[in-house]
Amino acid sequence: MNLPFTITFEKRVADIPKWLPAATSIGSVIVAFIVSGVILKMIGGEPLRVAKFFYEATFGSWATFSDTIVKATPLIMVGLACAVAFKMKLWNIGAEGQFYIGAFAASLVVLIPMVSPDSPKVVVIGLMIIMGMLGGAIWGFFPGYLKARFQVNEIITTLMLNYIAVLWNNFWIFDRWSDAGFQMTPAFEKSAWLPRVTDYAREYGTFIDGGGGLANFMTSIGLERISGMTLHLGVAFGLVAAVVMWWIFDRSRWGYEIKLIGDNPKAARYAGLNITRNIVLVMMVSGALAGLAGMSEITGVVHRLQERISPGYGFTGIIVAWLAKLNPFAVIIVAILFGALIVAGREIQPSGLSQLLQGIILFMVISSDVLLRYKVRLVRAQAAVEAA
Amino acid sequence: MNFEIILHAGLATGTILLFAGIGEIFAERAGILNLGVEGMMLLGAMAGFSISLTTQNVWLGLVVAILAGGILSLAHGLVTIHFQADQVVSGLSLTFLGTGLALVFGKGLTGQTPPLIPSFDIPGLAAIPFIGPVFFANHSLLVYVGYFFAPLAWYYINRTRPGMHLRAVGEKPSAADTMGVNVYRLRYFYVFVGGCLAGLAGATISLAVSPGWYSDQTTSGQGWIAIGLVIFAQWNPLKAALGGYLFGALRRGILDLQGPALLFGLANPLYINSNFSFFLKMTPYILTILALVLGSRAAIKKRLGAPAALGVPYIRGERGL
Repeated sequence: MNLPFTITFEKRVADIPKWLPAATSIGSVIVAFIVSGVILKMIGGEPLRVAKFFYEATFGSWATFSDTIVKATPLIMVGLACAVAFKMKLWNIGAEGQFYIGAFAASLVVLIPMVSPDSPKVVVIGLMIIMGMLGGAIWGFFPGYLKARFQVNEIITTLMLNYIAVLWNNFWIFDRWSDAGFQMTPAFEKSAWLPRVTDYAREYGTFIDGGGGLANFMTSIGLERISGMTLHLGVAFGLVAAVVMWWIFDRSRWGYEIKLIGDNPKAARYAGLNITRNIVLVMMVSGALAGLAGMSEITGVVHRLQERISPGYGFTGIIVAWLAKLNPFAVIIVAILFGALIVAGREIQPSGLSQLLQGIILFMVISSDVLLRYKVRLVRAQAAVEAA
Repeated sequence: MNFEIILHAGLATGTILLFAGIGEIFAERAGILNLGVEGMMLLGAMAGFSISLTTQNVWLGLVVAILAGGILSLAHGLVTIHFQADQVVSGLSLTFLGTGLALVFGKGLTGQTPPLIPSFDIPGLAAIPFIGPVFFANHSLLVYVGYFFAPLAWYYINRTRPGMHLRAVGEKPSAADTMGVNVYRLRYFYVFVGGCLAGLAGATISLAVSPGWYSDQTTSGQGWIAIGLVIFAQWNPLKAALGGYLFGALRRGILDLQGPALLFGLANPLYINSNFSFFLKMTPYILTILALVLGSRAAIKKRLGAPAALGVPYIRGERGL
């Protein structure tokens, strides 16, 4: 090939500019959208119409934006779950299973029942949070222990546990807790529902109807009606979890240990860190976050335990964590983007398209990492020859 | 429960794991971990099924399935070999990509009946009592191919010159490079081989062993089981083949437990309540975990292990493996 220029890769010696990681992430998402558009065109779709539809179905109005946030909520928690494990180079790809077991454990509170359904909401929800996180943590404990004790590859064990978790849930909803033969448990009592925006519609609806400064403001931003908005308290769990994770990663000694073990296990061992214990602990924290996501989904959205409570949140969480470069606050932003993908993906045909898009995005992101390690330059062919 | 039937089915379903597992062994022996097996298998299963259906030519379907897996794997090759990206994450994204492509292009294939890869008896051998009906009767052509494939792969890796280069590239690429072996080219090649075999494994499902297209249920995690099998088999094709067959037989045997009303003279709980079968369906996954635990313990004891350069990008001219 006789191109008028050659591409050269120079190893970066100086520190990476601060803006570059974010820029490559954003750039790779844009490229991924373009590539998907080309594929869509190839199979006879209309990329621009799909893009317009995508925007309208996700960010077009407050109501659809609320839907997007509802889908982003579990992704924030699952994304954080993956981020904490990945920080230590532990490949937890079992967030999906931990999500299901978290949901299962949380519903035990209502279905056994562990507390009377007439108990105050705070008690029921509080207990469900604890149970959900505990369930996820237990599901994370097994692969963590096997990894720490027998050096069993955690990628395979966490993945196998995903399948086991789904089958385990199915047994209970098909058999023991089936609601009149349907593949779901009876609906939870209201005391086990996370508060939703729409639940306050009546109260604040009248407030806005009455006029006044607040009402004018709400109307001016197009938010005169909040009834029907399904946004629920779970998003607050996600935000709190993100802050806690940020504190652990950036401010705590333990976070430093995790990073050290991930980056340089040898140095960590010489420094006297207990790697075995940290592997188990990190897997349990990761599982607990995914379990919390499962709890939030059944108490905030479906209000019962049923089949397919997750359209693959656990797997999408992996991409969310990676795209966010394991930064807890970036996880929130990326989760919203992927929440939008899920909302739109439900209606976009063909059905595998959003999964395809996720795969392409992840590919673009890891490919773009090369830009962080190397300076890529176009050099005139003549100059390259002279240099060589 | 019929022992003959269980073993027969074990050989058939084990062939899927055999192809996928040996493919992964080739890639990993060259130093590239490819976690995208599930995606490549699914794409191969869909492509083979779809082409066989549209052209009514099963052989063309088979070839396309193999190429589909191979071509998809090259994406992983590019990202991990040239861009030196993390192999775990790249493999995961390959699974997403393959699954997504298979679902998008596989729309409307469910319930169709394309021509399938023929099954037949081996004349003469099929008449041997017990061994005949288990090994040489009513198997798909691909199962018979599998019998030869594992020993050949073993011989190639351990006893031939190109096989030695393959091992060198996975154990100590810098030394291989010094000896004039093109590390990059070989790694691409074996990633491609692994992808082709994963595609073949996919076609083994959709065109031979359990024909049909059931979207992502077609593979139902067998690509991941194959990766587990590689670790269990300690990167040895013969052990991978045996493990695959054993796994297939156990799986079938356990499913057959549902049949009889009486089991060992007692009432069979699985017969009374079919929902208990959810626990049965867990067994392949539990077995995989157990196999991994056993395999890892043996590996620690015998100091056996993964190829030394597995997962480590090779950068020419830099210090490293």
